Amino acid sequence: MRRAFLIAVPYVWLLALFLVPFFIVLKISLSDIELAIPPYTPTLDFSQGWSGIKEFFSQLDFENFVWLTEDDLYWKAYLSSVKIAVISTFFTLLVGYPIAYGMARAPVEWRPTLMMLVILPFWTSFLIRVYAWMGILSNEGYLNQLLLWTGLISTPLTILNTNTAVYIGIVYTYLPFMILPIYSALERMDESLIEAAEDLGCSRVQAFWLVTVPLSRPGIIAGCFLVMIPVIGEFVIPSLLGGSGTLMIGKVLWEEFFSNRDWPVASAVAVVLLLILVIPIVLFQRNQQKQTEAEQ
Amino acid sequence: MNRLSWFNAVSLTLGFAFLYIPMIILIIFSFNESKLVTVWAGFSTKWYGELVQNEAFLDAAWVTVRVAVFSSTLATILGTAAAYVLVRGGRFFGRTLFSGMIYAPLVMPEVITGLSLLLLFIGIGLDRGILTIVLAHTTFSMCFVSVVVSSRLVTFDQSLEEAALDLGCSPAQAFRLVTLPIIAPAVISGWLLAFTLSLDDLVIASFTSGPSATTLPIKIFSAVRLGVSPEINALSTLMIAVVTVGVITASLVTKRAMMRQKQDEMAAARTE
Repeated sequence: MRRAFLIAVPYVWLLALFLVPFFIVLKISLSDIELAIPPYTPTLDFSQGWSGIKEFFSQLDFENFVWLTEDDLYWKAYLSSVKIAVISTFFTLLVGYPIAYGMARAPVEWRPTLMMLVILPFWTSFLIRVYAWMGILSNEGYLNQLLLWTGLISTPLTILNTNTAVYIGIVYTYLPFMILPIYSALERMDESLIEAAEDLGCSRVQAFWLVTVPLSRPGIIAGCFLVMIPVIGEFVIPSLLGGSGTLMIGKVLWEEFFSNRDWPVASAVAVVLLLILVIPIVLFQRNQQKQTEAEQ
Repeated sequence: MNRLSWFNAVSLTLGFAFLYIPMIILIIFSFNESKLVTVWAGFSTKWYGELVQNEAFLDAAWVTVRVAVFSSTLATILGTAAAYVLVRGGRFFGRTLFSGMIYAPLVMPEVITGLSLLLLFIGIGLDRGILTIVLAHTTFSMCFVSVVVSSRLVTFDQSLEEAALDLGCSPAQAFRLVTLPIIAPAVISGWLLAFTLSLDDLVIASFTSGPSATTLPIKIFSAVRLGVSPEINALSTLMIAVVTVGVITASLVTKRAMMRQKQDEMAAARTE
């Protein structure tokens, strides 16, 4: 009885506030825009009984999805979001792995401190961390001042409001998500395995590729998913660091909703985005479950 | 291997420089006299003075703190229950769906979560305000709490619970007297995580808030869109300071709690 209650409360909460809303999004994506409150039609009218429900379903159609394929903006935005996410995940891995590796090989008594140094920015406001780069990357910013002063360049570089700034912003803000899972995989690794590999004739580099990397694979996979999936729908970074040429679907959805007030199209954009993300999300969940079971 | 190789030392130094230099620059320039944020014109704390007189920011900060306290507390209760059920609940109908709903929000783009919750609130006719933000924040942060707590639950020795049950505890007593004290550090860090997630959130709050309730990130975002300003630098510095003090205190507290626990366990092992 008590167990049933314990299961039911969080279960019902998530059903009502996580799953049901998706069906509402799906329903509205099949509706038409209307100058009314709420700004879409049809609305479900139970007072007319069965005929009202039939009427409701007959008015739903895939018009908004057809619209998404007809206008270039949308599929270009999806494509460029995925591209930006893949490239920035790769760079985050490239920057994050050596840090995680260095942490896992640091003296044991340093590790809690290093760990805290990674976690601290993660607890600091995302918005503030993105904002910090606006001052660094702008034309009169600190980076350009430094480069001009050293004489490396003679005219300021335009970095803010380009895709480069978006990449830098993503790598910077998502770095802890990459470091932590890789670190926890590397820390658990038995170091005598490396020694064994070296005894058996591996060079250091070979031992790294043949032993360390495969053993840290679950961490790498978790880290990549944790970075890539949210980045595809990222809004804050492209809107603050990106320019008019930066096309990302999160920004398109936001504008469709808040500027154009076209809720049905915004919902259709969300449904397609979700379909793109279903596969990586399911893979991520399987990876997490496998790890939890391995620990148990 | 107890010394750092030069490669590891270099990668750690560069990595932490990358993580910290932007924030250090931000903090330094919050004390800049000039309105032009990129030119240093002498030390001044005048931006902090202007900040505490800015009613709009203060109001937004108060809304944000209230939302964070309510949503993180609710999220901790729900998330701990969910973690307990997932790790100890055995099989039950719809378990896969349940664990899916726990992991999916961790990676779900915020724009989707925000949009779907807004459409729900409008569908059921709930006026947007503090309540709707609290509901929204509770929903996604309970999943983070659940992950943190379940990682502690899987590592601790289940025989302790069984012993309590054998010695005549009811399941509720066993949870309160044995399980809860052991997972307490994880529950506390789950609460802190939920609290900061709520403080931090811009996208979901923008969707689910109404004209009556503006949170601090919404205010900051609309100010920052116009460019860098020293007042925002000052505000950021204050927020960084609060988080730093909070995180360091929390980690010292959990460290001490874990050391005490280890001593207790060792003492228990000796008496066996």
